Order: sequence, then structure tokens, then C-alpha cells
Amino acid sequence: MATIPQVSARDAVAATPRRVSRSRFSFDRILSPLLLAPSAVAVFLFVYGFIGITVWISLSNWRSAAEDLSLRQPIGDSYQVLFSQSRFQIDLRNTLLFTLIFLLLAVGGGLGLAVLLDRKITGSGFFRSVFLFPYALSFITTGVTWSWIFNPETGVNLLFDAIGLNAVLASFGVEPLKPGWITDGTVAWQLNGAIAAVYPPAADWSLKLGIPVALIPVTIAAAWQLSGFAMAMFLAGLGTIPHEVREAAALDGATDRRLYQDIIVPLLKPIMVSTLIILGHVSLKIFDLIFAMSGKGPGFATDVPGIFVYEMIFRAQRYNIGAAASIVMLVLVCIVIVPYLARQLKEL
Amino acid sequence: MTVDLTKKLGGRASRRHLLKGSAAVGAGALVAGRLAGLAAAQDATPAASAATGQLEVFSWWTSPGEAPALQALFDAYSALYPDVEVINAAVAGGAGVNARAVLATRLQGNQPPDSWQVHVGRELIDNYVVPGYCEPITDLYESEGLLEAMPQTLIDQASQDGEQYSVPVGVHRGNGFWYNRQVMEENGITVGETMSIEEFLTAAETLQAAGIVPLSLATKDTFAAAQTFENTLLAVAGPEKYDQLFKGEADWDDADVRTAAETYGKMLAFVNEDHPALTWDQATAMVIEGNAGFNSMGDWAYGEVVARDAVENTGWVSHPGTNGSFVLVVDSFTLPVGAPNPENARNWLRVLGSREAQEAFNPLKGSIPARTDINREIFSPYHQWSIDSFANDALVPSCAHGQASSPAFQQAFYDALLGFVDDQDVDTLVLNLQDAAALDAEMAS
Repeated sequence: MATIPQVSARDAVAATPRRVSRSRFSFDRILSPLLLAPSAVAVFLFVYGFIGITVWISLSNWRSAAEDLSLRQPIGDSYQVLFSQSRFQIDLRNTLLFTLIFLLLAVGGGLGLAVLLDRKITGSGFFRSVFLFPYALSFITTGVTWSWIFNPETGVNLLFDAIGLNAVLASFGVEPLKPGWITDGTVAWQLNGAIAAVYPPAADWSLKLGIPVALIPVTIAAAWQLSGFAMAMFLAGLGTIPHEVREAAALDGATDRRLYQDIIVPLLKPIMVSTLIILGHVSLKIFDLIFAMSGKGPGFATDVPGIFVYEMIFRAQRYNIGAAASIVMLVLVCIVIVPYLARQLKEL
Repeated sequence: MTVDLTKKLGGRASRRHLLKGSAAVGAGALVAGRLAGLAAAQDATPAASAATGQLEVFSWWTSPGEAPALQALFDAYSALYPDVEVINAAVAGGAGVNARAVLATRLQGNQPPDSWQVHVGRELIDNYVVPGYCEPITDLYESEGLLEAMPQTLIDQASQDGEQYSVPVGVHRGNGFWYNRQVMEENGITVGETMSIEEFLTAAETLQAAGIVPLSLATKDTFAAAQTFENTLLAVAGPEKYDQLFKGEADWDDADVRTAAETYGKMLAFVNEDHPALTWDQATAMVIEGNAGFNSMGDWAYGEVVARDAVENTGWVSHPGTNGSFVLVVDSFTLPVGAPNPENARNWLRVLGSREAQEAFNPLKGSIPARTDINREIFSPYHQWSIDSFANDALVPSCAHGQASSPAFQQAFYDALLGFVDDQDVDTLVLNLQDAAALDAEMAS
């Protein structure tokens, strides 16, 4: 008995507004898809459509000026060729190392700067702008300028002479300090030997698993440009931490160090994750900075997949290999971004 | 209403003589009308240009040394065809990388210029002739007497299946070896008319002992690493084997290739340490400024020498061991399929093939004419030397500049040599070159 009025009441509730708003309701139903349609069509065509075309090209026979979209047999051969190229193996190593070192420098540097500015020292407004300015530059400008700084003949090495460091070294009979920077083809801390001890076939790997020395100046330049961005993110995060938290910590007698280490930085974790993701995908896609600063580098020490794609498509005209390499780049970025997006969607 | 007006304008658009006035009237009336008018005006452009007569020439000649040379060709053309409006569609960017990307887009969109600049050899054939973008101009070669005026090897480079596809205007010599006279004098080194590999290595040791960089090299833009190797390969293997290697008729696992790689390795012991940070002109500048003894570079380096007023102090020979060979880097112009103004384009190619145009163009560009029947007196001593070499020596195409191989092989060649400069591993180099040749053979099949 009790259910019948409920049902009828629900019907009544549902029926009344439907009647009142019948015209508006149907208008809304049409309007929102209509408004969304252009951007949905554009996104599907220009993003997913072109990803699809790129996947197809990567599986095709197109490897000269004449377009040839026939499927290459065996399927996936381009990827086989791609991963067997020693240059692309080096590129993957470089892009992973670049991302790791760059994130460490940029996020660490940005956090440090933000914490310093948070202390409300004199002129913090001025320094906030100063630290943010490099972010406004284009990567090409940064790359060209830093290539002068890290040129062994004209750059920072002259500074070692100027401050008398090399004179001091010479008086101890030590060789003057003159690093090759972006021209140094050494791969430091090679792990090949250690891996070969456990896994003997590794002795034949042509890829040197280690840190290419020439890559380090490039990560410094990238971090210089983007640590200001990380700083701005962290400053925004610091602004959202309620004052009561700091006061409570101070009342409990927490030192500054403990305040930052155990309270503020853990509270900044969401910001940290966002910053890591944004900068991480920038670094996986990096092209212009490296192209302008060091190019492919000695023995491909600073080569990255972006430069590889550019040369394979626009110079070698091996469209299928270039497309395959861009799909690999897409997958790398997805590995970083998709878990983040999934988490964001869950939070909504 | 709107639809009616559009239809009306569309109908008028098909009658092109009436178009301009009617489109202008329509433009004032309605937005839709204006759009239709615009579309109609665009539609009419080819017809209008045929009436006024245009010639659109595409190139990557924009630098201070190149633009005046291109202008000299335009002047030669305008002197004969004063009523044709010449449109200079040059795209800036070193070695034409940007320009080639723009050109590829235009060709794929069926919007060719009336003529474009291209290196002869495989760059012309693979990129443009095989995909069907170029009209044969064999009849022009015959009517203008170009078959007699140019060396057969050069004509072969512009030909596919017995038809010619482009008119060469200027020839650069890729195997130049430049030195600083004062540096040589101060170190007691005499450089004769030619230089062998042994002579170079001896001189290099003297220079190194004196604290001067013996050989300047720049590998930031890669081509110099590849070019120095191809010249060394030419020295060791000779022009015939060199040709066979790049044509895929000889295996890269060859004693001569290995010797050439080892020789190149010996030369690399004498180069400046900062070569990965330099571009080719900076390496040439090292010789001009006396910071290095020698630089191996094509004769566009002579442009740097002139620009820096160092002609007196700069000497040249062929790259060590390549005396008797001339590495071709040749600029030419094409006739596109579907050129908007085909008659103007054919006249342009007629002008380019003429003695007058080649004599006006080349002293400014720093190259030598593709014709051999020219007045050599108007050229600098270096270029007279190059003209003699062009007339008498074995002509071979350059791989580093895209003439000897497919673009895919060229890129693999670059990559292999950039790796070799770093690790100097002869076996890896030979393997990489064999892989590249296999790729080339597979594509040709």
C-alpha cells in the first residue's frame, strides 16, 4: 500500500516539470550537443584522426617522396627496424635520463626558490619576477644563449681562468679545469660491465648504459628555464596552506626545518604531482631547446626522439620510421599522463 | 535570400570577364555575399595571372651571397621578357631544409611554383621526378644546344630514362681544402699544387707540435663530418669505385672503404676538440683567423674567405688525395607538372641555360657555370682553377649533398659518420653503411 502513493508521487514530480519545460527541455537537448559538436568534431578529426593516420603511416610502406600507404609486410616491421637502430636506442636512453635529471633540477630548484620567497625576505616580489622571467623566453633563445655559455672555448671555461682557479690549480701542478661540456662525448658511470657480470649477453650491447656527459649542460639549461614555472606552482600551493597550520606548528615548538619537512612539503604533494606531470611531458617531447643548443651532440650524446622524428621525416623521407618514432613518443607521454588523468577523473 | 545571392555570384564567377566588378558590388551587400565574392575572386586568379604574365621562382637563396646572384638571373630574364612579373618565392633556411618542407607541401597540394631550385642527381630524381612532379625538358636541351655545352656526366645527373628534367645553372666543387698561407709559412710547410694524404699527415704533425689545430672540423650540422669522409673515400678508392659504391654496385665491406675509414680516423686525431659545437662557417673562420691550418670544405667556403677579406692569405688544393676528381654540388631549376605559367617557365629555363645568365650568376654565387664554353676571364683565380678542374677531371656526385643517393641513404650516411667521428669504430661504420645500402636497394626494387 505504501509504495503506490510513492510511485504516483514520483510520476507526478517527474511529469509536472516535463510538462512545464517541455519546449525548454528539448531545446537544451539540442543546444548542448550543437555547441559541443564543432569542438568534438575538431578534436576527433585533428587529434584522434591524425593519431590514427600516424599509426597507419607507421605501418605503411611510405619511405620516399612518393606517398605509399600500402600496408607493410610483416606488420609492424617499421617498429622492428626502429628499435634495432642504435641511434634510436641512444635516443630512448637520453630521453629517460634527460627527464629524470631535469625533473630533479627543475622541481627541486622550484621548490627551493618558492620556500625562500615564502619567507617574505626583502625584495621577494622582485625576485619572484626575476625567477619567473626565463619561463617567458622561447626554448630557441635559451638554447642559443646556453650553447655559448657551454662552448668550451668561449663560455664558462673563460670564467675559470678569470677567477684565477686555473692559476691556483697550475701552482699545484694540476691540469687546468677545462670541461668539454656539450662537446664531451663521454658516457659516464657505464653499467654495461656490471650488467654483463649478471647477464653475459649484455657484453655485446652496443648501447652504453650510462649518463652522457654532454646531456648535463642541456638539462641545466632546461631546468633554468622551467624552474621558475615550478616555483610559481609551489608558491600558489603555499598560499593555500592555512595560516593556522603554521601557527599550530609554531605553538608546538616545531623548528622551521621540521615545519617545512614534515608539514608544508607533504601538504604540497598534490602540487608536486601536477608539476612533475606537466614538466615530465614537456621533457619527453623536448626538441627546440636541444636542437638549438647542442644538436645531436657528439656520438648522439644529446639526441632525442624529437630530433630523430624530424630528420627521418623531413630529411630521410622515411615517413614510416618517423611516424613509428612519434607513436613511441606518444606512448611515453601517455605512460606519464594517463594515470594522472585517471586519478583526476576519479576525484571529480 | 542568402542562398540566392551566392548562387547568383557563383553564376557570375563562371563568366570570368564580368567577375571583378560584380564581386565587388556583391561584397558590399551581405556577409554571405562577400564570402562568395572572395571565393570567386580566388577562383579567378589563374586566369588573371595568365593575362598579366607571371613567373614564380622558388628557391632557398636568401643570404647576402645568394640573393644578389638570384637577382642577376631575374634581371637576365626580365631583359628578354620585360612584361612578365617575376615573383621571388624564396624561403629562408640553411641548406634548404625549410624550403624543401614548404615545397613538398605545395607540390602535394597541387600548387607548384613555375620553377624551383634543386640539386641535380638523386635529390632531383628521387624527390621530384619519380613521384611525377617534373615535366621532361629534353626538347629544351636540344633546342638550346645544352647537350653540347655541358659535360655528359653532369647531364646524366639531371636525367632519368634518357629524358632531362632540370637546367643546371651553377656548379660548386665539394672537395676543397683550404689553408692559411701565413700559418704554413711560419711553420715551414710548403703546400704545392696538390696534396697527398701522407703530405697532409706530416704537415698536421708539424702544426700540432707548434700548438696549432691542424684541421678544423664542424659537426654540429653533421654534413661536414660526412663530406670529409666522402672526400677521403674518393681519395682512397678513386672516382670509379666511389661511384660504384654509391650506386650500389659495390659492397661497402671493402678494403678501400676500411682504409678510407682508418685514414679518416687518423685525420680526426688532428681536429679541434670543440667540433660538436661548431657550424661549418665557424670551422672555415678558424683557418681564416689563423687558429687552424686546414679546413676541408666545398667552395662555398670561398664566400667566407671573400666576405672576411682574406683572399690573399688563403690558399687551396683539392682535399688530400682527390686531385683529378671534382665532387659535384650542382644547383639547377625544374619545370613542374601543372606549372601555372608553363610558357614563362620554359622561357626562364632557356635563359638559365644561356651563357649570359650563367656568366652573370656564377661570379656572384661563388660557383662556376655548368656550361664549359664561357669566358673564364671574369672569374677569380680560384674559380678559374675550379673551371679547369671541371673541364678536365673525373666528375663524381656528392652524397653529403644529396646527389649520389636517396635521401634515406644520405641520412643513414650522416648518422653513421656522426657515430664514427665519436667512436672511430671501423666495423660499426661498415655495418651501418651496408645496412643503408640494403635499404636503398630495397627501395629501388
